[in-house]
Amino acid sequence: MAGQRARGKSLVIAAVGWVVAIWIFFPIFWMFLTSFKGEAGAIATPPRLFFVPTLESYHEVFQRANYWRVTFNTLGVSIGATVVALLFSIPAAYAMAFLPGKRTRGTLLWMLSTRMLPPVGVLVPIYLIARNTHLLDTVTGLALVDMFTNMPITVWMLYTFFREIPVPILEAGRMDGANRWQEITRVLLPLATPGIASTALLSMILCWNEAFWSLNLTSSNAAPLAAFIASFSSPEGLFFGKLSAASTLAVAPILAFGWISQKQLVRGLTFGAVK
Amino acid sequence: MNTIKAVFSKTAAAFLIAGTILGGGAEIAHADSTLTIATVNNGDMIVMRELSSEFEKAHPGVHLNWVTLEENILRQRVTTDIATGAGQFDVMTIGNYEVPIWAKQKWLVELKPDANYDLDDLIPTVRSGLTVDGKLYAMPFYAESVMTYYRKDLFQKAGLTMPEAPTYDQIRQYADKLTNKSNQIYGVCLRGKPGWGENMAFVTSLANTYGGQWFGMGWKPMLDTPAWKGAINWYVSALNADGPPGATSNGFNENLALFSTGHCAMWIDSTVAGGLLFDPKQSQVADKVGFTASPKGPYGKGPTWLWTWNLAVPASSKHIQDAEAFVTWATSKDYVNLVAQKKGWVAAPAGTRKSTYENAEYQKAAPFAKFVENAINEAGPDAPTAEPRPYTGAQFVSIPQFQAIGTQVGQTIAAALSGQMTVDQALAASQASTTRTMRQTGYLH
Repeated sequence: MAGQRARGKSLVIAAVGWVVAIWIFFPIFWMFLTSFKGEAGAIATPPRLFFVPTLESYHEVFQRANYWRVTFNTLGVSIGATVVALLFSIPAAYAMAFLPGKRTRGTLLWMLSTRMLPPVGVLVPIYLIARNTHLLDTVTGLALVDMFTNMPITVWMLYTFFREIPVPILEAGRMDGANRWQEITRVLLPLATPGIASTALLSMILCWNEAFWSLNLTSSNAAPLAAFIASFSSPEGLFFGKLSAASTLAVAPILAFGWISQKQLVRGLTFGAVK
Repeated sequence: MNTIKAVFSKTAAAFLIAGTILGGGAEIAHADSTLTIATVNNGDMIVMRELSSEFEKAHPGVHLNWVTLEENILRQRVTTDIATGAGQFDVMTIGNYEVPIWAKQKWLVELKPDANYDLDDLIPTVRSGLTVDGKLYAMPFYAESVMTYYRKDLFQKAGLTMPEAPTYDQIRQYADKLTNKSNQIYGVCLRGKPGWGENMAFVTSLANTYGGQWFGMGWKPMLDTPAWKGAINWYVSALNADGPPGATSNGFNENLALFSTGHCAMWIDSTVAGGLLFDPKQSQVADKVGFTASPKGPYGKGPTWLWTWNLAVPASSKHIQDAEAFVTWATSKDYVNLVAQKKGWVAAPAGTRKSTYENAEYQKAAPFAKFVENAINEAGPDAPTAEPRPYTGAQFVSIPQFQAIGTQVGQTIAAALSGQMTVDQALAASQASTTRTMRQTGYLH
C-alpha cells in the first residue's frame, strides 16, 4: 500500500516535471519549427505543426549577414569577460569568505545593488567613457562592460561556494607550510572546481544573451549575436521566418555548450546543498 | 603580506595579458573611406544594401559598412551616438519626425546636391518636411501615407461597393456587415499596439479628421474635446464589435499578417502595405485586394499621415563628403532606375519623386501608385486643423517630447480599447498626463 502510494507520488512528480519542461522548451521548439517554414508559412493561421520544410530563411540569413564573424565576436566577449571576471572574483570571494572584516557583508550587498539599476540609467556615462577611451564598437569594450555587470554575480556565487569549504582543510594546508598563493591554487581551487565551473558557465551564458550593451556599444566591427538577431526584425514586412532562423543560429552554440556541460553545471549548482 | 602581493601581481599580470589578447584581436583598423550606414530592416533598405556594390564600383576607395537594426533600437542607438557626438555612423536612416528636431540641434549636415539631383523633382510635401529655414537636412528614400485596403471578394459577396472617398461611419456599417467571427473574418483591422508610431499614428490621423488636434495655440492639450471623444468612441466601438481578438497587441506587422492570410475585410494603414499585399509570395489574398482613400470623419479635412524614411549625414561623421555622395546616389533618379532595372518597377522606392509616378511602366506595375501619390500630396503635415495649431506634423507632433507623450497616451487609449477604463476616463487621464509633461518641459506656464 505504502509502496503504491510512493509510486503514485513519483509518477505525479514526473508528470509535473515533464509539463514544466515542455512549457519551458515549447517556445524554443516553435522558433526552431518556424525557422523552416518560410515567411508565408510562419504567419499561417491556424499555425501548422506539419509542413514541407524549407531552408529559404536560413539561406537569406546567411546571405545578408556574416554569421561566423558575429559568432566569433560573441565568443570573444563571453570568454574574455568570463576569464577576467574570474581572475578578479576568485581573490575577492576568497577574501570575503575566509578573511571577513567589519564591512564584508555591506560590501557584498553594495556589489549586488549595482545590478538593481536599469542599465539604461547609465547608458550615457558609459557611452561617453567608451567613446573617450576608443572602446566603442570593440570586443574589448563590450567584454569589459559585460565583465563589470556580471562581476557581482560571480563574486556572490564564488563566495557562497567557498563558504561551504571547511576551513580546517585550508588550515591543514597552512600547517604543512603552504603560503597564501599555494593555499588558493593547490587547496581551495581543486576543492571548488565544480563551483567555479558553474560560475564560469553562468557568466558565459549571461554574456552570450546580453542584449542591451551589445546593441548600444557596438555597430559593425564588434557586433555580437544579439545585434545579428535584432537586424532581422522589421517594422514593415514579414520577418518571423528569418528572425526565427537567426535566433536558432544564435542559440545553437550556447545550447550545445549547455548540453555538453550539463553534468558539471548541475553538480556545481547543487554543490554544498547537502551538508 | 608577501603572498597577498604575489597573488595580486599575478592576477594583474593575467588581466593585462587577457586584455592585450582581446584588445589586439578586436580593433580592426578602418580605412579612411569606410562609411558606416545605420538603417532599418525594411524591404527597400535591403534592396539598397544589395545594390550598393554599384556605388562602391563608381566610387573606388569608398567602402560601405552596414548596421541594420530594428526601428526602435536604431532610434535609441543613433540618438545616443549623435547626442554624444561619438561619430560611429556616417549615414543614418531617420524619419521625418527626427529631421527637423535634429537639424535645429545642429546635429545634421546641410545637404547641397548639384543640379543633376533635380531637387524640384521631389514631391513638395516630402521635401518641405526635411527642410528647416530653407535648408535641406536629409534626402528622402521612400515615403508613405495612409490608405484603406479591402477585400473585393467579400464586398461583392455582401453586395457592397466601396466608395472612392469613404467616411468612418460607412466603414463601420460595412464592417458590421462583413464580420463573421465564427469564420474568423473581422470587418476591420486597425492598429492597437501602444506606441507613438503604432496606435497613435492611426489615432492621431483619425482624431484630425474628426476635428481634433493635440494642442491649441499656447500649447494647451486638447485631448478631452468632443472631437477626440467622437474619434476614440468610434475606434473603440468599431474594434470591439468588428475587430480581431487581442487588438491591443496588433501593430502594422500583425495586421499585415492578418490581412494577408484572409482574416480582415478592411484595414486602414500605411500605403507601404500595398506592395506587400499585392505580392503573391507574401499574401494569400493578392488577387482580391482593393484599395481606396483613407476615410474621412465629420470634420472631413485636416492632416492625415506622412512618414518618410530619409538618409541624413550626422555632423559628427568623419567622412562627410563621401557620406553626402552616398546619400545623393541612394535617393537619386538613377537609383530609382537601377532598382527598376534589377528588381522590377514594382520594387522602386515609392513616394519621393514625381518622375517615378510619371513613369508609365511604374503606373502599370504598381496599380496603387496614383492613390499613394494622391495620399502623399494630401497628407498635409502643415495643413490646418479645425482650430489653429502651434505645431506641424500629420500623424505626430513635431516636438522632441512627443515620443514620450504619444506613447503614454497610446497606452491609455489601449487601456480603453481593452476595457480597463472608459473612453472618457482614458481621455481625461491623457489630458492630465500631457498637461503635466508640457508644464514640466516649459511649453505651458
